[in-house]
Amino acid sequence: MNAKKADKIATAIIYILVGIVVLILVALLGFILISGLPHVTWSFLTSPASAFSAGGGIGDQLFNSFYLLILTLIISFPISLGAGIYLAEYAKKNWLTDAIRITIEVLSSLPSVVVGLFGFLLFVVQFKLGFSIISGAIALTFFNLPLLTRNIENSLNGVSNLQREAGLSLGLSRWKTVTKVVVPAALPGILTGIILSAGRVFGEAAALIFTAGQSAPMLNYANWNPLSGDSPLNIFRPAETLAVHIWKINTEGIMPDASQVSAGASAVLVVAVLIFNLGARFAGNYIYRKITASK
Amino acid sequence: MVEKVNKEKSILTFPADREIALETKNVQVYYGDNHAMHDASLQFPRYSITALIGASGSGKSTYLRSLNRMNDGIARVDGEIMYRGLNINSNEVDIYQMRRRIGMVFQRPNPFAKSIHNNISFPLHEMGIKDKSKINEIVESSLKQAALWDEVKDDLGRSALSLSGGQQQRLCIARSLAMNPDILLMDEPASALDPISTYKLEMTLSDLKDQYTIIIVTHSMEQASRLSDYTAFLHMGKIVEFDTTKNVFTNPTMKLTEDYVSGNFG
Repeated sequence: MNAKKADKIATAIIYILVGIVVLILVALLGFILISGLPHVTWSFLTSPASAFSAGGGIGDQLFNSFYLLILTLIISFPISLGAGIYLAEYAKKNWLTDAIRITIEVLSSLPSVVVGLFGFLLFVVQFKLGFSIISGAIALTFFNLPLLTRNIENSLNGVSNLQREAGLSLGLSRWKTVTKVVVPAALPGILTGIILSAGRVFGEAAALIFTAGQSAPMLNYANWNPLSGDSPLNIFRPAETLAVHIWKINTEGIMPDASQVSAGASAVLVVAVLIFNLGARFAGNYIYRKITASK
Repeated sequence: MVEKVNKEKSILTFPADREIALETKNVQVYYGDNHAMHDASLQFPRYSITALIGASGSGKSTYLRSLNRMNDGIARVDGEIMYRGLNINSNEVDIYQMRRRIGMVFQRPNPFAKSIHNNISFPLHEMGIKDKSKINEIVESSLKQAALWDEVKDDLGRSALSLSGGQQQRLCIARSLAMNPDILLMDEPASALDPISTYKLEMTLSDLKDQYTIIIVTHSMEQASRLSDYTAFLHMGKIVEFDTTKNVFTNPTMKLTEDYVSGNFG
């Protein structure tokens, strides 16, 4: 077989393999969207779920998912930023920092159900926080921290050393160089990482079943007092998210339209995650263009 | 004037009435166990351009980077570096203040991912200058000194990364000048530039030497001979010869120097 022929065959095989991957993805997405989207209406998105009768929506679950996501990011972003800055800018290479990196690696491959059970035992039971948004947000933080830290570390490492030297040579301290030069230059990557991690957190179910709970108490959206029981802002109330809701309907849903609700909710979840992913690309490119001012 | 210290090197020294901007005494640089720079003792006269020449790996950049402590955390530097009667190679020195007096321009242009204006104003702001009109004044004067003003004055809000390589390098020079330094260290500042940009850069440097002391590492012997007043030739981590540029290129004392400048090297 000559080189030209071998090259053609190899190329063909690669195209076929890529084709298979794309086909599976398109089929999966297509199935979820086609079977789910017809059930998605404005009232489906805004009305509360119903346990026994048909016609329930996913309003509370949708709100809970976003609320939990925002809380998780508020807790996990500053910690990840600090850890990422330490690992990328300050950590010397020795056994301790190697151990930290391995720990982060292990933590990132921890099954989310284990994170959930850990959160259940520690926060829900031991700290008596109960099934609550705050328990869920902390569990999701554990789930999110390693990936976000790695992402921030990588983004900072991607910034050329020339930038650090520029800052130092102008008499800026190391800290000022990091915060005013390196972090801004790494911003597109950091932002992309945050949005992608948001997509993962948004779709997470296993870690939340045991921490944020599976019940969605009636919420009064006019009540903005975060300490009151039926306020949507209360962080000590149990909160079923969209992903948990889908899991629950499919395991124990007894409403007559369970499969439609499940299909609709799945479609909404997929669309939300798609928006996060596309948003990450768009925002990253936008900021990059803005910084470099290249057309 | 040339004082033959011994057979290994020939180092020019200056009479007491010649103002010296920077002087190193027995500077040694170590990368771990690797002794990269041996006994570097040189005087850099004020308001002049001194070129450091030598083959790759001769220690030019290593030496240059020691002069404003950019080797901190990378290499160990022993010996004294005297600046205005102060040994800046000691722990008591505020290296951040010192680096504003001894600026550096690097091999590859490294503007910040910010606008042209902010590239210069941001370090000033961090230095404690908050007065907007004063900052604008410095931005303008330093860009003029670096011969970039006419090319960018209409759009200072543009990203510095959209400039050409030569313009970026001149912006980096302007940024260093804005700190109002005494000394400018330049590590092969033209090596990433095309001939026209290099020419512009050299013109800029010639103008600057009236007000600044410039120490420049260069690979190009033409550049060293065109531009500099004094030249130091480095070979394998040692300063072999230091003299006026004219002497180094036309009448070198050391055989090694002669071989290098006449291209018989290696």
